[in-house]
Amino acid sequence: MRFSGDRLRLSPHALITNLEGLMDTTLEVLDQVVIRFAGDSGDGMQLTGGQFTQTSAIVGNDLATLPDFPAEIRAPAGTTYGVSAYQLNFSSLDIHTPGDAPDVLVAMNPAAMITNLGMLKRGGTIIVNSDAFDKKNLDLAGYTSNPLDDGSLSGYQVFSLPLSKGTLAAVEGLGLSTKEAGRCKNFYTLGLLYWIYNRPLDTTMKWIDEKFGKKPQFAEANRKALIAGYNLGETVDLFTTRYDVKPAKLTPGKYRNIMGNQAVALGMVAACQKTGLQGFLGSYPITPASDILHEMSRFKQFGFVTFQAEDEIAAITSAIGAAYGGALAFTTTSGPGVALKGEAIGLAVMTETPIVICNIQRGGPSTGLPTKTEQADLLQALYGRNGECPVPVVAAQTPGDCFYALLEAARIATKFMTPVFLLTDGYLANGAEPWRIPAAADLPDMKVQFHTDPDTFHPYDRNEWNARPWAVPGTPGLEHRIGGLEKENITGNINYGSENHEAMVKLRAAKVAGIANDIPELEILGDQEGGDLLILGWGSTYGAIRAAVERKREQGYSVSQAHLRHLNPLPRNTAEVLWKFKHVAIPEMNMGQLLKVIRAEFLVDAEGWNKVQGLPFFASEIEARIAQTLSPRN
Amino acid sequence: MDTEQIANGVALDIPVPVLPKQSARDFASTADVRWCPGCGDYAILAQVQRTLPDFDRKKEDYVFVSGIGCSSRFPYYMNCYGIHSIHGRAPAVASGLKVMRPDLSVWIVTGDGDGLSIGGNHLMHLLRRNFDCNLLLFNNRIYGLTKGQYSPTSEEGKKTKSTPFGSVDHPINPVLLALGCETTFVSRTIDREGKHQQEMYRRAYHHKGSSFVEIYQNCNIFNDGAFENLTDKKVKSDNVIAIEHGKPLVFGLNDDKGIKLDGFRPVVVSLTDGSHTVDDLLVYDETNHELAYIIARLTDNPGFPVPIGIFLAVHRETYEDLAQRQLAYAKEKLGPGDLDEILNEGDTWVVS
Repeated sequence: MRFSGDRLRLSPHALITNLEGLMDTTLEVLDQVVIRFAGDSGDGMQLTGGQFTQTSAIVGNDLATLPDFPAEIRAPAGTTYGVSAYQLNFSSLDIHTPGDAPDVLVAMNPAAMITNLGMLKRGGTIIVNSDAFDKKNLDLAGYTSNPLDDGSLSGYQVFSLPLSKGTLAAVEGLGLSTKEAGRCKNFYTLGLLYWIYNRPLDTTMKWIDEKFGKKPQFAEANRKALIAGYNLGETVDLFTTRYDVKPAKLTPGKYRNIMGNQAVALGMVAACQKTGLQGFLGSYPITPASDILHEMSRFKQFGFVTFQAEDEIAAITSAIGAAYGGALAFTTTSGPGVALKGEAIGLAVMTETPIVICNIQRGGPSTGLPTKTEQADLLQALYGRNGECPVPVVAAQTPGDCFYALLEAARIATKFMTPVFLLTDGYLANGAEPWRIPAAADLPDMKVQFHTDPDTFHPYDRNEWNARPWAVPGTPGLEHRIGGLEKENITGNINYGSENHEAMVKLRAAKVAGIANDIPELEILGDQEGGDLLILGWGSTYGAIRAAVERKREQGYSVSQAHLRHLNPLPRNTAEVLWKFKHVAIPEMNMGQLLKVIRAEFLVDAEGWNKVQGLPFFASEIEARIAQTLSPRN
Repeated sequence: MDTEQIANGVALDIPVPVLPKQSARDFASTADVRWCPGCGDYAILAQVQRTLPDFDRKKEDYVFVSGIGCSSRFPYYMNCYGIHSIHGRAPAVASGLKVMRPDLSVWIVTGDGDGLSIGGNHLMHLLRRNFDCNLLLFNNRIYGLTKGQYSPTSEEGKKTKSTPFGSVDHPINPVLLALGCETTFVSRTIDREGKHQQEMYRRAYHHKGSSFVEIYQNCNIFNDGAFENLTDKKVKSDNVIAIEHGKPLVFGLNDDKGIKLDGFRPVVVSLTDGSHTVDDLLVYDETNHELAYIIARLTDNPGFPVPIGIFLAVHRETYEDLAQRQLAYAKEKLGPGDLDEILNEGDTWVVS
């Protein structure tokens, strides 16, 4: 039977419980579910996953997501290289990762099945669009027989449903072409998943209305598809169990769902407000950083200027020009862009100009894996320039933390008059989590004062932090010239003298090293007095390490975690923390870059746990390494 | 309005100066000038320092931005604000500065290597965006600071340190490049022509939009005499034509020659053999893009004089004005930005 869309929109759950003639379904409460949506690039899986995420966030679950999409915009339909996936972990517990092995795989075609089946939990659930399992698609995916009827999926619980046909039937009569009607199948599928996981439809209904406001025909079709998918759960006689995941016990407060790139963008606006400076972003489009440029271009009411530059070099040099003029200037890019910006970063170091360089890291080298995540630009950030060229480096650890990491980078840049790197990565950029919304008034004040007094002015004078004054053009009596040639301290005059050069190299190094006195000490999460194993991490590995360490500690392992927000300078107690532990392991999504730094700086025989697959760590991978290294204490 | 009126600011609503009169000396920094003795850069520096005091603007409101090369040392010698940036990138530095600080008078100093080779990309984009900046391109047709390699404006076949058999590169005509970018003010002058230079700088300053000034500049160490036929008193009048808005294209000793258009094709005619009079000549119009292109093509074209002066002066909105207007529009439409509002944007929920 069918319900009318209008009635359902009001209160789907209430309606369903009042329906007659339905088969009995039981409701099972789960702590945690990991769903992986996979389909063609054109199937709208990112959208489907995003909507499920948003709804789950509003239900109150803790969650973490992992969008996993190809670099191609629309690879040929049905091919394995065109498969786009979105993994979501939603839970009533405090979780830290998008989950290791999915419990549920939604496969919209054979290519999505063949590329994602290996990740699925043994005995997991598969929901497939049987309409897409025709000869052509099976051939494209490389199947020699149809997995839906050759028995190869017998280890899984398979729900094979004609999702395409169901969608076409649901939107029939709205005057859509077959192609247009077919596009609604992601909402049909989403509706089914909402039914299985007992989610309300209203968040997505609202989204559809907003998104398709100007095209009421499409809005109506997508609404109908969503409702029909929801109804399918009731009527299809396949599903005997529905599941519920209760709200998580999060810190009280007001929450929203946030992705890393959004958080960086909000951080930029906040940093401008807190420093009292007008904002400037010079950027050249690059995956996975472009969304920050898109976000910032919406915030013109704040007086924030976005400049889509002609190339990566112009993006950073325009930021240097803007900062010279007194703006809080940012540039956003990914690794290949940082490679191009190297010389300009040196100019900002030499001229002691505050800018923030955001590197949303991706797989390298060269073009590498544009849409996949990696942490392999740490050494580039630390050392990737000509000359002795120290730059402070700050790294974000979760999507929401990108906001605070950006604020910290801006604070250091303006207080110490230096370019600062913010490192995030593709996983943080596109991953989402519930984020407790801060009040603007509670954010730390970072007010900037320009120098204006001609009597006390020297361009390269130093304050107690070794920072030089920020004197902007237009200020009478402070006319001065800066540039990339070596400077004399205090006067800022050009000076090629050998002793002056060495003194200035040391001064620039000391200025950056001195930031260690202005940042928090490294915290140990675990055994404060030390123990058998410390897992030292940085950046987006935080969640996987956190989850693994928590579980292993529950099992009695003497394992602790320390996570670096500042990579340059390192917290002043880093050595002290490391030396408290018998073993130090450093998981990184690279070949061991922090590892090299730690070994070189502290002569600690740390061990690298490395993964360079364009994918974040699974907590289970880290757990396994912990178990290999230690035995439980009790 | 005629050129003189524009040049003198009569028609441009320029306020009467109220500042204490500044002098060339006020614009000279205390830094020792380190160009080679005899370099054409000295003359350019002197003319810029001589011109700026005529404008109603305090010296702290000028910024000189440069890249790398001999010409790029220029900012150090001006007692204004200045950035000596990195090779080729001065236009990009200036773009960021100007969009944030439209109140400043921003001058870019570059050369044929800095501006047309390594920085060609940025030059092009600054000009097409029409930032209200004045770009002085010192063209000496050689790399000076790296000691004598050929540049993008070096003539074909030129023998230099890096081209002992002669260069096989076809040179670029900077004025044509600027016209191709639809630059709103395009001009050319010569280091030895003091008055003409001042006139170009004055017009560039008053022009709202990107002002491109190519300056033929002699490098007496690595490319001495590159422009001798344009500066030598004995021959220059036959080799140079100073184009002026509203005036016929006359040149030569005693103004004995002129240029007329035969269809779209310019031809040199004699004004003394009785075949042509001044009335037959082309009258220059600095607002005519097509004419600017035709005349710019005379450069280094055998049988024609090299044109100097203002090729094009037209109005188009500047990048920074358009950008500032968008900010104002957003503020008006959305209200002044509220950080709490955007932090709370979208779907939210409360955990208690």
